[in-house]
Amino acid sequence: MRFTLNGKRADVRAHPMARLLDVLREDCHLTGTKEGCGEGECGACTVLIDGLPVNSCLVPFAQVKGARVTTIEGLGGKHPLQQTFVEHGGAQCGICTPGMILAAVALGPKPSLADMQSGLAGNLCRCTGYSAIYRSIRAASGHATERVKARTTSRLVSKPDVVRTFRSALGKRRKR
Amino acid sequence: MRRDEESLMPLAGCTDVYVSLNFGTLKQTRFMNLWRLKELRGVDRRDGRLRIGALTTYTELIRSPLVTRTLPMLVAAARQIGGRQIQHRGTIGGNVANASPAGDTLPVLAVADAMVELASAKGTREVPFTSFYTGYRQTLARADELITAFYIPPLSGTQWFRKVGTRAAQAISKVVVAGIAGDAPRLAAGSIAPTVVRLIRTEAALAAGQTIDAAQRVMLEEIAPIDDIRSTAEYRRRVAANLVEQFCRETKTRR
Repeated sequence: MRFTLNGKRADVRAHPMARLLDVLREDCHLTGTKEGCGEGECGACTVLIDGLPVNSCLVPFAQVKGARVTTIEGLGGKHPLQQTFVEHGGAQCGICTPGMILAAVALGPKPSLADMQSGLAGNLCRCTGYSAIYRSIRAASGHATERVKARTTSRLVSKPDVVRTFRSALGKRRKR
Repeated sequence: MRRDEESLMPLAGCTDVYVSLNFGTLKQTRFMNLWRLKELRGVDRRDGRLRIGALTTYTELIRSPLVTRTLPMLVAAARQIGGRQIQHRGTIGGNVANASPAGDTLPVLAVADAMVELASAKGTREVPFTSFYTGYRQTLARADELITAFYIPPLSGTQWFRKVGTRAAQAISKVVVAGIAGDAPRLAAGSIAPTVVRLIRTEAALAAGQTIDAAQRVMLEEIAPIDDIRSTAEYRRRVAANLVEQFCRETKTRR
């Protein structure tokens, strides 16, 4: 079956009811698309179909006939969002990251905080608390404010910060 | 369409189909892909009525100026279904066909007095949405019929929609209510009975000028919520009653 995959013509044989997620990972060997929940709750498997983010775990392969599919590999590692997610700590464990970035791509230029919150509501992240993700997106759209700049240094989190966080999580407070 | 020995499952946006497929609870093993049928997609006006094609996605509903103008409560419902990924795929016809009592567009269609267009090889017919469900996940559509469109008559009065779930996105409703204010207010609720319920007696109480308290008591007799994974019957009763009050106050039906 023919469709466009990351800008190139693709012709792939797979069961029409195979999940697009599985076809991408197993038939096309594009493993950047991750499976999280497998039921459309988490957004980890987000890809773009004709420019719109969708959960590839819920799309039968038959429905991408003739469509344009973009996976994280299609951004070529050079997209500004891919850079800023690294620089600003938008990626931690990494499972949500490909889906998060593709959902962010669909937000368009200079999204507001409300745009980001509603546009990424279908993408769950358990590491970052989302703030680092919003920061990454703001940085990528080129309107990093003073406040954002001030918070993001080359060292994302200083070592004493990490120690303090773990100590407080364990209920231990450093004596001062 | 379904004259074979085994029934065919029509496929629209598949946002519900794959959930039951992955869980192994889907009965059907044969499928019919409708996704590319342009005839079933989109919104227009026909003979003074709003026509919504069954394959119209939530995103298309949200972006439609015609729906925003004439049926804003449907836009409100569509915005609160899933996240963008679901809104880009999920369709209003799929929401209705899936027949979950928690479907968020269902109370909207119920208060709007929508008609459901059913098509088969024998022809098409229209049935009132309020009589479409005959029981839990049961509809009066025949096995050879497909939901092709919804027709909404002209509406007057302030439209109101409220969904209560665990979060604003990606959550299935614990209680969902749609309403239209006016001399004869209309209310419908979901997730509080085996099917969506048009609250006819509550509407009558409000039209007769009864107090909010009285209307709430009537409403509690009209619903039959259960305890389930998402909520408890008691919580649903409390919230449903609160939503009747909120509808009355926000639409100035009562102060």
